[in-house]
Amino acid sequence: MRYLLRRVGFFLLTLWAALTLNFFLPHFMPGSPINTLRAQTKGRVSDAQLEQILTSFGYKPHENIFEQYIHYFGNMLTGNWGVSLGSSLGTPVSKLIGQALPWTLGLVGFTTVLAFLLGSLIGTIAAWRRGGIVDSVLPSVFVITSALPYFVVGLFLILFMTIDNTWLPSSGNYDTSIVPGFSPGFVGSIVKYAALPALTLLITSIGGWVLTMRNNMITTLAEDYIRMGRAKGLSDRKVMLNYAARNAFLPNLSGFAMSIGFVLTGAILVEKIFNYPGLGYQLYNAVNSIDYPMMQTLFMLFTVAVLGALLICDLVTVWLDPRTRAKG
Amino acid sequence: MTTLTSADSATAPEAPVGPPASGRRRGRSGVWRAFLSNRKANVGFGMFFVLLVMAVFPSLFTSVSDPTAPGKFMPRLTPSGGHLFGTTSLGQDIWALFVYGAREPLIIAVVAGGLATIVSVLVGVSAAYLGGIPDDIISFVTNVVLVIPTFPLVIVLSAYAGKPTLTIMIAVLVVTGWSYGANQMRAQALSLRNRDFLESARVRGERRSYIIVFEMLPTMISLIIANFLGAALYSVLAAAGLQFLGLGDPNSDSWGTMLYWADSQSALESGTAWWAILPAIGIAVLGVAFALMNYAFDEISNPALRPVRRQRGKKLASRLRPASAPASAIAGGGGRK
Repeated sequence: MRYLLRRVGFFLLTLWAALTLNFFLPHFMPGSPINTLRAQTKGRVSDAQLEQILTSFGYKPHENIFEQYIHYFGNMLTGNWGVSLGSSLGTPVSKLIGQALPWTLGLVGFTTVLAFLLGSLIGTIAAWRRGGIVDSVLPSVFVITSALPYFVVGLFLILFMTIDNTWLPSSGNYDTSIVPGFSPGFVGSIVKYAALPALTLLITSIGGWVLTMRNNMITTLAEDYIRMGRAKGLSDRKVMLNYAARNAFLPNLSGFAMSIGFVLTGAILVEKIFNYPGLGYQLYNAVNSIDYPMMQTLFMLFTVAVLGALLICDLVTVWLDPRTRAKG
Repeated sequence: MTTLTSADSATAPEAPVGPPASGRRRGRSGVWRAFLSNRKANVGFGMFFVLLVMAVFPSLFTSVSDPTAPGKFMPRLTPSGGHLFGTTSLGQDIWALFVYGAREPLIIAVVAGGLATIVSVLVGVSAAYLGGIPDDIISFVTNVVLVIPTFPLVIVLSAYAGKPTLTIMIAVLVVTGWSYGANQMRAQALSLRNRDFLESARVRGERRSYIIVFEMLPTMISLIIANFLGAALYSVLAAAGLQFLGLGDPNSDSWGTMLYWADSQSALESGTAWWAILPAIGIAVLGVAFALMNYAFDEISNPALRPVRRQRGKKLASRLRPASAPASAIAGGGGRK
């Protein structure tokens, strides 16, 4: 229990630190947001309105900075995120994010979990069959794939798939000629359009999991309790999964939470390459059109995502590892 | 004393990494020898070396001296003897762009990776050495920086700061890239803290700075190198990603910038595919070079991970191996990107 409380405390403190950073960044950067905005909106919006827009993310030139800070905090936490200043000027940020979120969750969330579980499984098997064919070839292969940048893999996939064969679409999220709905045609087109970006994410992210899991497993397999398990006459599968993999999995699990930050990197680049209208693509657009409220909100959400993943992984660790429970 | 040290660090269960523990001075050359005899390290270093030669002496590879100047040649020429990989739609020689474009990624890798590693070592070692409340504070800050999603932060930062110059980009990469290593350095330094050889130095009356620099750091050398390689890899990929998104200096000659232009001029569709393929290969090769060397260091510092040749050797090795968690093994993977 104490362990979990400490983790929740860390969660809150980090969230506070990230939100504070998020608040002060525009204040310390050169140039005033209002000038940027005036140039951005090309005089379509009056200065008074501009200021009102800016208040929604904590910019009030006439107000004491502490009051601004308190207001900003309230707004961020209550989902009062202001309106977008980008191409869809005036649309609430929360609405735009609501539209993009399912696509990112579906594509990136699913692929990441798949890569994590699949990679850990391959790593387990590679370490178990030490010196086998799998183990002698795969580490080198996965060292290479895990070092490939997202856009490089994406580029080559586009090149091989779409230019030469037009097998799979390389841009967008579904076939716009189909009416959205729960029809097989529509769902099929979603899967088809997600295939290339998903494959890109899978290729680049699976290697790291295979390697860490393999390395953890190799260390774990040398433990006495593994020999004990064998001596008891347990089946290979049981020793491999319940004795070795369960322990070797723990460092991987905390690594998984940490990797969410990298996953978001992938989301931004992959969604940009494939014009996939998720949160990453939205951040890209927000940055290009200097859409402050959107940038701030997305950055906050990304931090919350990482912290949330950390917390979930902590819970799973407590469940998997009795030692953390005993400590509390 | 040497024998004491080596016996000590070989059996200490909390020693995750460290050179083969044969005394400090010999330890360093031991790492070097192990590096030379590791196949992954050799391949990785070879790839790095070729790129290095290309970056330092670009005139050996191409006769064009000002590759970014637009309109020098006819646009969209197909590959030929004169233009090995054709020209861009802006009339630049693609091969020359590629050759000169090697410089910036290499500078970013070495400088940003090196600075981030130095910060990691300073922060991690001082946290471990100070202990108590300073350690709590430093560790908390490290963990916060570690958790805050880096790449989105870098993107937002560069949006606020305007198109960043090379210096600003390196600064941003260092600010966001040190925390991972700092945690590892702290763990390693903590495990060393109560070792006998440090205790004896303390008893000898050596200064703290001497102990840290001349006694502690040499034993951490393989972790530091592995860390540098990881940080360099991260810097290369992050910088290329930023430039690809158009958040770098669009007039610079760098592989990431090349990709950005190729993408915005739809190179793949307009018959100048090499414009995108060459820099992509370049970044991939540089990244793979660092990753291979990094993994080689994992294998060197944790012999258990080395490829096994014969079944018998494996069984023997698995029995003799001390049971320890490879900290650097976690560093090697985990999707550091």
